[in-house]
Amino acid sequence: MESNLLSLLVWLPVLGLLGIALIPRHRTKEIKWMAALATGIQLVLAIVLWSKFDPSDAGMQFVERADWIPSFNISYILGVDGLSLPMVILTALLCFIGVFVSWKIDHAVKGYFALFLLLDTGIMGVFVSMDFFLFYIFWEVMLLPMYFLIGIWGGPQREYAAIKFFLYTLFGSVLMLIGILGLYFTCGQTFDIQVLIQNAPEMLSGVMWWGMSAIKVIWVLLFIGFAIKVPVFPFHTWLPLAHVEAPTAISVLLAGILLKLGVYGILRLNYGLMPDGVWWFAGALAFLGLINVVWGGLCALAQTDLKKLVAYSSINHMGYSLIGMAAVIAAGSANGANTTAAQAGLAGAVFQMFNHGTISAMLFILVGVIYDRAHHREINGFGGLASQMPIYTGITALAFFAGLGLPGFSGFISEAMCFIGAFPVFKGIVIASTVGILLNAAYFLWAFQRIFFGKLNDKYSDLAEINSRELFTVIPLAIITVILGVYPAPFLNLVKSTLNLIIEMVASGSPIAGM
Amino acid sequence: MDNIYINSSLAILFLPLLAFTIQIFIGKRLPRQGDWVSISAILFTLLLAGYMFISMLAQYDPNFRYESSFTWMDLGDFKIRLGFLVDNITIIMLLVVALISSCTHIFSIKYLDGDIRYSRYYAYLGLFTFSMNGIVLANNLVSMYIFWELVGVSSYLLIGHWFEKESAANAAKKAFLTNRVGDIGFFIGIMTVFTAVGSFAFTDIFEGVALGSIEGATLTFAGICLFAGAMGKSSQFPLHIWLPDAMEGPTPVSALMHAATMVAAGVYLSVRLFPLMTPDALTFIAYIGGFTAFFAATIALTQNDIKKVLAYSTVSQLGYMILAVGTGVYTAAFFHLLTHAMFKANLFYGSGSVIHSMHHALHKKHDHDTDPQDMRNMGGFKEKMPITFWSMTISTLAIAGVPFFSGFLSKDAILGGTLSFAQNHPQHFLLPIFGFGAAAMTAFYMFRMIFMTFYGPSKMPEIYDDIHESPREMTGPLVLLGTLSIFVFYTLPYFNPFSTHGWFTDLIVAKDSFVPGNISAHEIAEHAHHAHMPAMILSLSVAGIGILLAGLMYLKKILSADTWAKNSGPLYKLSLNKFYFDENYDRFLYQPLMKFADKVAYFDWELYDKYFINGFGKVTSWLSNISGKFDYEGIDQGLVDGVGRSAKNVGHSLRNIQTGRIQNYILYVLAGAILMIIIQAV
Repeated sequence: MESNLLSLLVWLPVLGLLGIALIPRHRTKEIKWMAALATGIQLVLAIVLWSKFDPSDAGMQFVERADWIPSFNISYILGVDGLSLPMVILTALLCFIGVFVSWKIDHAVKGYFALFLLLDTGIMGVFVSMDFFLFYIFWEVMLLPMYFLIGIWGGPQREYAAIKFFLYTLFGSVLMLIGILGLYFTCGQTFDIQVLIQNAPEMLSGVMWWGMSAIKVIWVLLFIGFAIKVPVFPFHTWLPLAHVEAPTAISVLLAGILLKLGVYGILRLNYGLMPDGVWWFAGALAFLGLINVVWGGLCALAQTDLKKLVAYSSINHMGYSLIGMAAVIAAGSANGANTTAAQAGLAGAVFQMFNHGTISAMLFILVGVIYDRAHHREINGFGGLASQMPIYTGITALAFFAGLGLPGFSGFISEAMCFIGAFPVFKGIVIASTVGILLNAAYFLWAFQRIFFGKLNDKYSDLAEINSRELFTVIPLAIITVILGVYPAPFLNLVKSTLNLIIEMVASGSPIAGM
Repeated sequence: MDNIYINSSLAILFLPLLAFTIQIFIGKRLPRQGDWVSISAILFTLLLAGYMFISMLAQYDPNFRYESSFTWMDLGDFKIRLGFLVDNITIIMLLVVALISSCTHIFSIKYLDGDIRYSRYYAYLGLFTFSMNGIVLANNLVSMYIFWELVGVSSYLLIGHWFEKESAANAAKKAFLTNRVGDIGFFIGIMTVFTAVGSFAFTDIFEGVALGSIEGATLTFAGICLFAGAMGKSSQFPLHIWLPDAMEGPTPVSALMHAATMVAAGVYLSVRLFPLMTPDALTFIAYIGGFTAFFAATIALTQNDIKKVLAYSTVSQLGYMILAVGTGVYTAAFFHLLTHAMFKANLFYGSGSVIHSMHHALHKKHDHDTDPQDMRNMGGFKEKMPITFWSMTISTLAIAGVPFFSGFLSKDAILGGTLSFAQNHPQHFLLPIFGFGAAAMTAFYMFRMIFMTFYGPSKMPEIYDDIHESPREMTGPLVLLGTLSIFVFYTLPYFNPFSTHGWFTDLIVAKDSFVPGNISAHEIAEHAHHAHMPAMILSLSVAGIGILLAGLMYLKKILSADTWAKNSGPLYKLSLNKFYFDENYDRFLYQPLMKFADKVAYFDWELYDKYFINGFGKVTSWLSNISGKFDYEGIDQGLVDGVGRSAKNVGHSLRNIQTGRIQNYILYVLAGAILMIIIQAV
């Protein structure tokens, strides 16, 4: 039983999907509860997994292994370590919450929840796949339901947004596939990620393709694939559109989990398989992080659509993660073997991606709440809502303050750690990106003032207060944000062994000689 | 004994947080909207702080110090330990916060009677007190920064208490953002120090400084960056713009936060970090403080809004304290922080009492257009509000630096320090000019305020009859803090009104800087001692001139204020308009930033995405059309059936991408991948 825990986690939503398939299309209530049941059990299983996880073990745990296509060395391998476990828990939590956020979906309910569960399986699969081929399959499986969920249940521009999202990510996937195949043929024809982590650094070193280092080529191919997901500037323009057009629950999953797939992929595969490449690319990574922070912040400041503002804030927030990731090279002997900084930066980056998951999920849910009532999201179209909806105002204030990195909320700690970690190596970039701290505060507070302060707009004197179902979807996230903001140790203890292993690997690597 | 300090500190820290939590969740449903919850919590912290204070006096040990830390996070090499530092400075500061906070809690009962968000208000007061105590107790930069920002957010919430008013909402936002500018510097300073020393704890940092782990230009840079945080919070030039606007908040809040405690946090930080400041950093600090003291005083000269006068006076007084840190007499800075907290909070309560009374009188006449804060509508309140008048007058004497009052002692210590600094460094002659100049102006504008408000004929006789003294909840704090503006409370067990010597100077003794080569505390004290006499004579004369001038202009009307204003030409206008700082910041910083943001967003969305990214799509689509055509017309029609048919199929599948049948494409990609594997494997 225990050894199949990960398989259960991944395939449970598909079971739920089969269950939904058996329910007649008009029994929408049963369909919704079936989805809630599947994701609920998944959440329980994720918690069981967490409780059985051994944080002192840096390697893969709960590994499942089965042959799949032996002639090509393709296997079904699942496993979790400190890097993926938080993402597994986050996925389970946000999918469960997402079902309740979707409760008011009234059009083609059956299809919606079926696709929703398929998406769940796809995401979960990516996080626990330890076979590169399997990883890729799940990566693609995820795209399809996403495409339909945006394209059918989205806003007015849904079809444009869906196809754009799809082509954009598919473009990345294709590059990634080439990268995967490159790895496969250079590193002993295996897709087993653990084996690749063992062998790839050595087998790749010195390999030249068309006069370029193979490491650099594969690094860039994989990186673009992941960068689109993060999204890293200049691959970011699908995000505002997709976020704005997607139904609320899907925006929540997009921002809360899908963006993390990019960071996760870079850390797991780029960092894991090509530690030498980190040395080559860290400077660019930090610089891209800076651009994300500033560009996202400025764009957010200019928005008049609340959902778009939150979408751009994601670009801004993921920038901190990139800067933190780049800090890893501080641990190398060339940089004075400053493992302190490397640990702060990398743990900060991973913590930031988790925190952005909870905080941006809250933000999107709250935007959804007001959109459901007022049927628009124009920041300038409100005003004075604080006196009409005090509870909603309070929770939004909490989410906004968490978003602008106020101490006491988890986002502050991770942002600070990213900066502190990267500072010794990238002083100029870090100092420049601290301007993001100001932009963050500016766009959130300005939006807050326009929506909630001032005299109540008469049009909205009968706007209903946030209801208990909606509260149920936000409060768990708020609690997590506050608890981890006050005492982050439980999270950091979970991830630190694995991250220290990554740091060790990178530290022992060296800059690539030649092109 | 030590444990009692820690337990009391814990209780002092968390009781207000408890009150905040209760108020936020159930405050509104409690009888009297739960104000008694907050008030009892704060009074209990006052009791504990008083107890700690008395133990401190009983111990009478200038070197008393207790520290306790715990590990907050530990990643192996990267560790953060948080903790408390309790020494005499902490204890005095805790008492100040508890005392002023208690006064504000009690004063607000009547001042905010019937307010729509009465329980919210008390909740935020609790949040503020919690955060402020956190700053006071911190023994490391991380918790300092955490509570620093939390103080900022409670200030935001309280300034914006009446958020229906646009000006209040704007002021709240402005306060938070301006503070964040300083905080960025603060944070960069923290990173610089941590990178060099590897710890956030004050003790470790000072040790690192002493050992030379961080030195020279880096240390100066770190010091100035850390000080930037203080500039934001203590409203120093050029970040001073938020404090006057913060007066949009309820007046008791202005007394607590924007006069006595929160804005003093910057001074407190500077005092705590003094031992790591290099001479260059200190010079920078001295000029910022000195200039702020002078510059803010010039603005206060012409303001007509009673709270604005007090606000600029606060900025100026904070400048004094910063000046004292910069010139090395940091214990004098802390001394002035203490005395200023009492008399300035009192002045704000007094103004609150006046405004409250004006407000009710105007309300009775259904006059909603007259500004109840404008001193040009007041006059002659002395008979109507005797307690307010006397208490404010005592505090005014204190702030003006008149002997027998507390401000005289602390101001004198600062001016003495500044004078001796300039004696030893003649190139910095401007600093004492700033100091004494500001002292003269302070005496003038404070008495101008007293005369305009309380003396002469009433300028609005129609409401004069309805002006009356405030209720006991408001006069109580006035009497208490007015009394505490008298010198004797600061010189006990001695009674010499001209010497600062007393429990304070015995218990708060300057320590040597940790920066190698810095001048020793002993030498600084020695120099300041020699400058004491000339400084006192000078400060007494400038204060006398200021008071005399105010009396001639506003009491006796022998000199016409209007003529003076006219004769001073553009200077008067500059002062009245606060040197146009807000306008220029708006024009040269805020508006350009917003325009730039709009441009970036436009570029991102309308140009980059629309043309560049979508251009890719267009080009691809165009190419596949061509290839489709080529397939169909060139190959299919030209070649024989078998080849033609397969090419046609390819063309179809390519076109399918364009029509959005994504399923096919996925399949296509996967098939392609598998095909490649097969080809390679064979």
